[in-house]
Amino acid sequence: MKLLVCISQTPDTTANISFKDNDTAFNPDGVQFIMNPYDEWYALVRALELKESVGGTVTVLNVGPATNDAVIRKGLAIGADDAVRIDAEAVSADFVAFQIAEYAKDKGYDAIFLGKETIDYNGAIVPSMVAEYLDLPFVSLAQQMDVEGNTATVKRDIEGGVEVLKVDFPFVLSAAKGLAEQRIPNMKGIMMSRRKPLNVVPAVDFTNPVEVIHFEKPAPKSAVKLIDPENMDELVNLLHNEAKVI
Amino acid sequence: MILIYAESPDGQLKKVALEAVTYGAKLAKMMGTSCAALTIGNVQDAGSLGKYGADKVYNIPGDSVDMYNVARAVSDTAEKLDAEVVVLPFTTTGKSIQGRIAARLKAGAVSGVSALPDLSDGFVVRKPVFSGKAFADNKITSVRKVLSLMGNAIPLEETGSPVGVEAIDVPLVNCKVHRISVEKQAGGIPLPEADLVVSGGRGLKGPENWNILLELAEALGAATACSRPVADMDWRPHHEHVGQTGLAIHPNLYLAMGISGAIQHLAGVNNSKTIVVINKDSEAPFFKAADYGVVGDLFEVVPRLTEAVKRFKAG
Ligand SMILES: Cc1cc2nc3c(=O)[nH]c(=O)nc-3n(C[C@H](O)[C@H](O)[C@H](O)COP(=O)(O)OP(=O)(O)OC[C@H]3O[C@@H](n4cnc5c(N)ncnc54)[C@H](O)[C@@H]3O)c2cc1C
Repeated sequence: MKLLVCISQTPDTTANISFKDNDTAFNPDGVQFIMNPYDEWYALVRALELKESVGGTVTVLNVGPATNDAVIRKGLAIGADDAVRIDAEAVSADFVAFQIAEYAKDKGYDAIFLGKETIDYNGAIVPSMVAEYLDLPFVSLAQQMDVEGNTATVKRDIEGGVEVLKVDFPFVLSAAKGLAEQRIPNMKGIMMSRRKPLNVVPAVDFTNPVEVIHFEKPAPKSAVKLIDPENMDELVNLLHNEAKVI
Repeated sequence: MILIYAESPDGQLKKVALEAVTYGAKLAKMMGTSCAALTIGNVQDAGSLGKYGADKVYNIPGDSVDMYNVARAVSDTAEKLDAEVVVLPFTTTGKSIQGRIAARLKAGAVSGVSALPDLSDGFVVRKPVFSGKAFADNKITSVRKVLSLMGNAIPLEETGSPVGVEAIDVPLVNCKVHRISVEKQAGGIPLPEADLVVSGGRGLKGPENWNILLELAEALGAATACSRPVADMDWRPHHEHVGQTGLAIHPNLYLAMGISGAIQHLAGVNNSKTIVVINKDSEAPFFKAADYGVVGDLFEVVPRLTEAVKRFKAG
């Protein structure tokens, strides 16, 4: 099977978030960047497992500048066969999805896997947009996938439960927790990743319809009000009369 | 025209659908236009959406479970009504269809919006980013726009009265993804929609102690959640796991017991309106994010709190 996994780069989960240029841009100073966990732990690993069971290739694709190459190489170290970077800033979900689809449209992928969302922008838009541009079926929030022949049975998270779906290849899938187990790249993988191809291709023209013009941090919380552990009536009273939540 | 997709799994209107209609109606007023709600399939009491401000309620008859044809139905309806803005709920359904709809309508898309847009200079709408650590103001410059509304972001408002439901002639296309089965958790309140949430961490020591938490949740009428290690150790089901790698929730009340408040946990809950933390360690980082804190042993404090809640409810 010919598989494509779309990966993105995000700040580390513990990163201190700050902004620059009058709060119009993310400040990358001192921030460590990682591969988006949903892409790395679940989408990529499940694609590799599928390749290991039925044969084929796994390509990782990133829309981003050259500073993302380290994260892309990590995808190769974990086991992808080759990589593509579409050389442009990932300015919006609309832009990224269009670039992915334009690249993928004539390559005949059997499946395209993405993380369910990135942990920075928390958008969850790109996967279904890619599916639409390529006119492919789409399964979101997959937490388990079994493949038999040309059909995948997918368990998908829904509010308060799971839904079991069947879909024929080719399709687009967004990965949630549980789809696979994280793999740590080993020394051999890291060595090999340096020799695997990372092709840089230019972006295609697209009028970007969405732009972040301003960032803001939430107002700092006022200091916690401590309640005497002996006096839970007081807590109930505050929740009712002050916070007005019960 | 503003078009709202009023999601209604199993024929029941969801609270987020009512919120989306409230949002759409307010947006329509701001833009000097009208708003219509779309329902698909057999929906109980669809006309009641008028109460939340829908000028019209449309229905596409037929059975639709595939997100592919839901997306098609919403975008075809938007085309037919020449809708400028489409509003969806930011649910697992919203996440499956928003990109498709936006691509079909050549629209800019912003997901998980938490407030009405600012129209003073174009169309600028706010959403939480970096797992709740910041907000981003998004300027949408395309003619059409597709927004998805975060649950619990705006209060429900009944401003109108029920309206008649009109059938709309938008055919449902064939499914490409087939639903085999649905397994719903038995009883309880689904976490993503809950106003009140009681959550437990490793401090509860083991699954056998969860009854203290469940009794408080029952007294409050709250849904239950847990930290990641708790789900990883299978003390609680995975759909209860909140945080950066689990669900992001924003209830009115998030009450955490025996949870230290690691940054990845906070990422999923720090947009809650009120946070109560019960922890025996006064240095636990969670207290910095809390509105109310109780420093004490949860095994003593929580049953006491449950009794206090019962007294309060009894009047
Ligand atoms: C990439 C990444 C992603 C992650 N994603 C998530 C996520 O999505 N969600 C998440 O929750 N975690 C996540 N984590 C894990 C997170 O860092 C913490 O390890 C985790 O949240 C800790 O869970 P806890 O608070 O239940 O346990 P602990 O940190 O062990 O805290 C237990 C707390 O209970 C208190 N306690 C113990 N006994 C009592 C008692 N008798 N009475 C009162 N209090 C008591 C202790 O003082 C302590 O503060 C992630 C980590 C990483 C690296």
